[in-house]
Amino acid sequence: MKKILVGMGTCGISAGADKVWNYLKDKVRQENLSENVILEKTGCIGMCYREPLVEVKFENGTSQVFGEVDIYRADEILHDVVLKDEKRDKWVVYDYEKKGDISFFNKQVRIVLRNCGVINPESIDDYIDRDGYNALERVLFDYSPDEVIETVLDSGLRGRGGGGFPTGRKWMFTSKSPGEKKYVICNADEGDPGAFMDRSVLEGDPHSVIEGMLICAYSIGAADGYLYVRAEYPKAIERLKTAIAQASDRGYLGYNIMNSGFTFHLKIKEGAGAFVCGEETALIASIEGHRGMPKIRPPFPAVKGLWGNPTNINNVETFANIPWIILNGPEKFAFYGTDKSKGTKVFALAGKVKRSGLVEVPMGMSINEIVFDVAGGVKKDKKFKAVQMGGPSGGCIPAEMSNTHIDYEEIQKTGAIMGSGGLIVMDEDTCMVDVAKFFLTFTQNESCGKCTFCRIGTKRMLEILTRITEGNGKDGDIDRLIQLSEKIKTSSLCGLGQTAPNPVLSTIKYFRGEYEQHIKDKKCPAGVCTSLVKFRIDPDKCIGCTLCAKKCPTNAISGEVRKTFIIDQETCISCGKCMEVCPRDAVIKE
Amino acid sequence: MPTALDELNLESFNKSIRKYRGKNGSIIPLLQSAQDIFSYVPEQVIEKIAIATNSHVSTIYGVVTFYKQFRLKPVGKHIIRVCQGTACYVNSAKEVYEVIKNKLGIEEGENTEDGLFTLQSVACLGCCSLAPVIMIDDETYGSLTPEKTEKILDEYINREGEVK
Repeated sequence: MKKILVGMGTCGISAGADKVWNYLKDKVRQENLSENVILEKTGCIGMCYREPLVEVKFENGTSQVFGEVDIYRADEILHDVVLKDEKRDKWVVYDYEKKGDISFFNKQVRIVLRNCGVINPESIDDYIDRDGYNALERVLFDYSPDEVIETVLDSGLRGRGGGGFPTGRKWMFTSKSPGEKKYVICNADEGDPGAFMDRSVLEGDPHSVIEGMLICAYSIGAADGYLYVRAEYPKAIERLKTAIAQASDRGYLGYNIMNSGFTFHLKIKEGAGAFVCGEETALIASIEGHRGMPKIRPPFPAVKGLWGNPTNINNVETFANIPWIILNGPEKFAFYGTDKSKGTKVFALAGKVKRSGLVEVPMGMSINEIVFDVAGGVKKDKKFKAVQMGGPSGGCIPAEMSNTHIDYEEIQKTGAIMGSGGLIVMDEDTCMVDVAKFFLTFTQNESCGKCTFCRIGTKRMLEILTRITEGNGKDGDIDRLIQLSEKIKTSSLCGLGQTAPNPVLSTIKYFRGEYEQHIKDKKCPAGVCTSLVKFRIDPDKCIGCTLCAKKCPTNAISGEVRKTFIIDQETCISCGKCMEVCPRDAVIKE
Repeated sequence: MPTALDELNLESFNKSIRKYRGKNGSIIPLLQSAQDIFSYVPEQVIEKIAIATNSHVSTIYGVVTFYKQFRLKPVGKHIIRVCQGTACYVNSAKEVYEVIKNKLGIEEGENTEDGLFTLQSVACLGCCSLAPVIMIDDETYGSLTPEKTEKILDEYINREGEVK
């Protein structure tokens, strides 16, 4: 029987997948089609740029993915493609016969995303059918706790939350820490703006994370665990609740799991909206019910964590790797990647890129390959300027260095960081000073206020950046920024402060000229900083069509029909509307 | 908009208190449940939580003000959340935000005088491929332009007018 899968991640739903789903469900019921077709939900297929996505699986195991599906397309897919067996080329995003955006998938290696967009995340049977909970069974009956840790060490897996600390070593520390009670925590407080990897995994394959946590708990001797999830991810929380209930029903969670004598209880804690809680000690404080402020380390959570007990914290993506590593062996995992960075990395591609979405690539792939081969290049074929990696803790890598490979150390050398996986592509229309200001505004807002340098230093930096973008930059401002950055980095307790200046430092490093133009020439070369941009009308090109004057929000444009129009610089707010609407390209930005 | 704490709501909040009493780390879940019930965290509730968790009122207040999720004031009928994520920023979310602020005459965190809207900015709504994005209540609006945004707000305002 044919199967229709509707991609129902948050991206898909916001693009209208729920309407498509309801429509198909109604049709199948009204026309009594349940004998002819199976209708199912699935998680993020990854091609967010063509959402809503619908996949048709044929009896012979092949499939076709359709993009931008609305109810009209859904109707045709149901009646013609599925019921009448008509093959379609239109709307096809991806096809078993290698049509559509092939390069989006064929450069990917899907370990973490192995089930995302394939299974119904609300069905434990779907997960079990794809070897789900097999790794747990194997571990419980064939491995000693130390052997599990050994396997994870051998795989070379490093923390996917951004830090890159070897996962096996972290587990070993917690396992060796004396203490009766130990905890496992999954950090799903994905706060980086522009990152949605963890959300997609939790929404698309929640059981893989739960299984990873179970395996970790067995190896370190923990009987209790918490999933700390952002409250902004209601769908992820809902699916996790369903998954936990199903796993408990089937005996994969709770007392004496599979009669092995191993017991593990898992609870969800909803975050309450504080970026700093992504830091492990702050996250622990938050679970304990306090203000989420970081503490001095050592003692590390592995020694003294939740309620004073040894605690192991890993990120969602890290846990999702674990069952695969157990089932396929550490060697197979370590086969992918570079010398020091093994396996794959999931990236959330966004910004000025043709195919935004969720991709998983082997470590060692170059940034160029990701931007051009996987993501299809820059939107409107504009000039590729830089990528931003690691969000507010990371930095920009300029186009000239885009042959840099995805590897923790190599990326760090550029001044950016691997980070949790947000990868934002920027084109020639992006102002790097404004980018730096954007990230600093974010960290300034999110600074918890504990460390003076982070609290006040970022404020001063933001003031300097603001005056530069407003055309009031002073000589020596760049050096002042660098000086403040160094001090904030060395005088902050946690990762937030230590990395907050990175976006500024890396843009100064690679785009210093742009800063200087803002300060000395009072010009924004990308034309973003409105105080520094002036618009005027070229009298040779203007045909007096009045379009610009009609669109101007401040009535700054005047003139007579069929004669040249003029922009009054006093009232102009440099919004650029006139430039957008001019049919003759007569508006000049300078 | 709930202003006075009605008995029914208080009763359902007391149920939450009974559920969490004496449990470790229950301050945040209690605040979350209070906000679900009252749409904000009323002063009276802070006192109740302090007693139930055996902590000082100032501790609870500290937690409330630390996390973005919690509000000390009632909210408008519709909550507008403007995404401030990187992808939205790169795709001119600033313009969209300006349009909303100008049209409604409010700044972040404020309510319109008629109590129809509350404006909030959020770090990232996580639908980056639809940038720039706003959410009004549970509805997500993507690929926005200033014109489109204005139209959406008008729809809400007109709908309200018709009801009246």
